Amino acid sequence: MASSLETIDLPHLPSLPVHVAVYQNVQNAAFLKSQLLAGQPEYEYAFIDASMVLSRAHVIAAVFRALNDYAHNRLKSHNVHSEIVFSLNPTNNIAESFRRFGISDSTQDLLVIKVSTSSEITHDTVAAHLSSAVEGTSVSFDDQTLFEFSDINKIKKSYKLGALPSPTKATDQVASKENVETKQRLENALLGAIALRGS
Amino acid sequence: MEEYKPPALPSPFNNTTPPPTLLTQGAEAHLYKTTSLNPSIPAALKIRPSKPYRHPILDRRLTRARITQEARCLAKLVREGVSVPALLALDWEGHGGEEGGWGGAWLMMEWIEGDVVRVALEKWEAWMKKASLDDEQTQAQEARVRALMRKMGAAIGALHKAGVVHGDLTTSNLMLRPVDENDTNEVGLDGDVVLIDFGLASQSAQDEDRAVDLYVLERAIASTHPRSEGLAEDLIIGYRDSYKGAPSALKRLEDVRLRGRKRSMLG
Repeated sequence: MASSLETIDLPHLPSLPVHVAVYQNVQNAAFLKSQLLAGQPEYEYAFIDASMVLSRAHVIAAVFRALNDYAHNRLKSHNVHSEIVFSLNPTNNIAESFRRFGISDSTQDLLVIKVSTSSEITHDTVAAHLSSAVEGTSVSFDDQTLFEFSDINKIKKSYKLGALPSPTKATDQVASKENVETKQRLENALLGAIALRGS
Repeated sequence: MEEYKPPALPSPFNNTTPPPTLLTQGAEAHLYKTTSLNPSIPAALKIRPSKPYRHPILDRRLTRARITQEARCLAKLVREGVSVPALLALDWEGHGGEEGGWGGAWLMMEWIEGDVVRVALEKWEAWMKKASLDDEQTQAQEARVRALMRKMGAAIGALHKAGVVHGDLTTSNLMLRPVDENDTNEVGLDGDVVLIDFGLASQSAQDEDRAVDLYVLERAIASTHPRSEGLAEDLIIGYRDSYKGAPSALKRLEDVRLRGRKRSMLG
């Protein structure tokens, strides 16, 4: 299966390349989750339910927070990959963050993140393993795809942002100036919540 | 004179390419321009260095309290839809233990294009000095400043409505973000007013705090922009209609004007 695994060098943290893939219609979410829970080293990924993600910037803010904490030896969870899932959460409850943002048996669309914490983890090794491990259609990690997969109401509820207006996905209005601004405001509110967790 | 050297950048910004560039420095913080988490979008980076003359535990506690206070105000204002730079990332913990480590903190914000209002008004005043305008043209020019003052008043009203007071309102802490980036009008007074620098901000809904915000700005306008002073009444007009609590804050402003910023010299 052709995979579109994107490798990102985050600004300010060039020594920790991040590999990101998005899968649609995943068939083996329960299996992936069980491997993760069993602590299988080769299944150590941040497996994120894509419905809980609004945009690239949303994901990257959580990745940056986790990587910065990793670089300064202050992870709150097991490893940098669980920390990415935890970093999406606006509160300090780790178990809750996995329930809300992590893969579940019913996950359909999946965001997968792997950090090159050692030189053995490269784009090619991650791409090879993912293409055999994940049963789903690989799609690109872009704002349009993520927005289509997102469950705006669930995201707003998790971040306690019910008072904010919701951006629409209606194709005739999605690109309107007003809708772009509404989405930007929601995104900015998410980034603020991620930055402030635990403060 | 020895050239001033700012303190070394804390991790992770010591790895940033290109390195962040220093813009301004205050007593409490250094402001840099750098890249956001998206390499094609710039960001503002505010770094509060640790103060070596303070006890390290107290120093970390103060630095942490101040940076998180500023970040909380920014995040709240973003949620409320007030025009402020978005909070992008934050680190209040420093690293490396209490001794020998770095006890500072940093905050990354959205980059706002444009001039601060102080510069925009200075450009306008310099231009007015050179241009020989008849009365009618002068009035038309002053109307532009009045419109800006009203927008400033409305922006401050939105801030106060959200339950935040700025604590240090000057024309240097208000920016004019150009609406149209191709607009290269030399003396542009158009654009959206964006409030910046919440280093002294706090959450308050008291008339007293709101009135002091307005008073401090009035005084700043009077002292730095003498030509615009007579136009500052439009600031109040813009503020008055911006939210329900405005009239009562303005009533308090009248008292504050009579006695000054400090409530009392006694006790």
